Amino acid sequence: MSLVTFQNVEKEYRPRRGRPYVAVREFQLETQPGEFFCLLGPSGCGKTTVLNMLAGFEHPTSGSIRLGGKPIRGPGPDRAVVFQGDDSLFGWLTALENVEFGLRMRGVPARERRERARHFLDLVGLAGQDHKHPNQLSGGMKQRIQIARVLATEPTMLLMDEPFAALDAQTRLLMQEQMRAIANAAHTSVFFITHDIDEAIMLGNRIGVMMAGPASTLKGLVEVALGEQRSRTDAAFMDVYRIVYDMIREEVLKSSRASGLTAGAGQ
Amino acid sequence: MNGRWREWAGYWPFAAGFLGMFAVWHVVASWFFVSVLFPPPLPVLAKGWELVLSGDLWIHIWASLRRIATGFALGSTVGILVGLVIGSFQMVRRLLDPVVETLRFIPAVAMITVAVIWFGIGESSKVFIIFYGTVFIVILSTAAGVANIATNKIRAAESLGASRLQMFLHVTLPATVPFILTGMRLAMANAFTTIVAAELVAANEGIGTLMWQSRLYMQVEVVFVVLLTLALLGFVVDRVFRWAIFTFAHNYSPVV
Repeated sequence: MSLVTFQNVEKEYRPRRGRPYVAVREFQLETQPGEFFCLLGPSGCGKTTVLNMLAGFEHPTSGSIRLGGKPIRGPGPDRAVVFQGDDSLFGWLTALENVEFGLRMRGVPARERRERARHFLDLVGLAGQDHKHPNQLSGGMKQRIQIARVLATEPTMLLMDEPFAALDAQTRLLMQEQMRAIANAAHTSVFFITHDIDEAIMLGNRIGVMMAGPASTLKGLVEVALGEQRSRTDAAFMDVYRIVYDMIREEVLKSSRASGLTAGAGQ
Repeated sequence: MNGRWREWAGYWPFAAGFLGMFAVWHVVASWFFVSVLFPPPLPVLAKGWELVLSGDLWIHIWASLRRIATGFALGSTVGILVGLVIGSFQMVRRLLDPVVETLRFIPAVAMITVAVIWFGIGESSKVFIIFYGTVFIVILSTAAGVANIATNKIRAAESLGASRLQMFLHVTLPATVPFILTGMRLAMANAFTTIVAAELVAANEGIGTLMWQSRLYMQVEVVFVVLLTLALLGFVVDRVFRWAIFTFAHNYSPVV
């Protein structure tokens, strides 16, 4: 059975002023348990809307989203979210206490949750940083805390909203290289949003490419038949890259044309 | 030894500025505006020392500080609670907004008359005025703090399974601490202004009273002793607040 099912999902925003606009429509997708799924699309295409609906932060205007057959009604610890910005961390708690947060909400005894939190801090490569506060840590480390924090609650799946987009280039590469291993070690499925083709191919088992917004939907799916050890310079990697690039190029052009950014940059 | 010296060396501009203020005062009062109405610092300090030794100054300081502390504690408590509720519930905010947004423009000093009519010239009138001057500032900054919590923090807590009550206790409250402390610090500065005015009008003791009585007897030095006392007290209390904000709140940064 599939893990997540989007069935004919539509999301329309009705701002108080201005016209209503459709962000996503006729969105159909199924992901499998254990899958690392990347949703790739140009900026403003509604990727985050899709993730927010799956997380339960927003509700579809029509259609349904199910996780393991059960409809999603709101946010829940079975779908823990890693955000792009570090403003989701609790600045008044130490790294360890941030990771303990979900377990604490569940009433797990202090000793046990401390142990489990330490385990996940180790897993994301933050051993020894337990007692630092987020403002004492670098951007990459903060994202690692976020990842450890969601893994500690052992969710059915991780939802990641461009988690590495704000990092510097070197840190981003490192995080991308490690993220698959982390997800495998934690035995968790991932729904990962990105606008970066490289990142999608480095991480995903499958990539869903979205059309340009507004009223976006899924343009197509690409299987990434690469092993665990992936390298950007492999021929196989390049082949996948070409396929995805051709799919998304058109959409990026469309979206930049819509915002008046082209001026002959097309061909 | 060297390290400690260096530590103290950092304070010299502060000390120099402080002494400079007295030097300017001395020069101006001794040579430019020579008048019994404007005493130079030395006689003022001598008078102050006399009042310290006799214990009179302490009685007045204690009376004022007690009023400030009581009114401030009450005002802060009510302000924090109301601010949290206003910040957390849209409906309450809409209902209370007009109340807060109009009443807060009535200066606490203007409430002295009402306070005296209601409570007489006893302690409760002063406590009420300080309370009044504190409560709105703390309400506004607390409510602003709640409104400023990053959406991602709330969403993160929700998706980590926090209930509404847990959200309030473990996210809303700690994330609002810096705003609460800042509001309290502003309110404290306000309380000093207010207490003097209130005591000028209606009190048997207190630093404001001391100043007013000295004026009647033309004890200009005492008036200046009171001014100095106010400056020092305000400075010390504000430093305590800054220290508290730094110690408790630098990890409660609203940004991260």
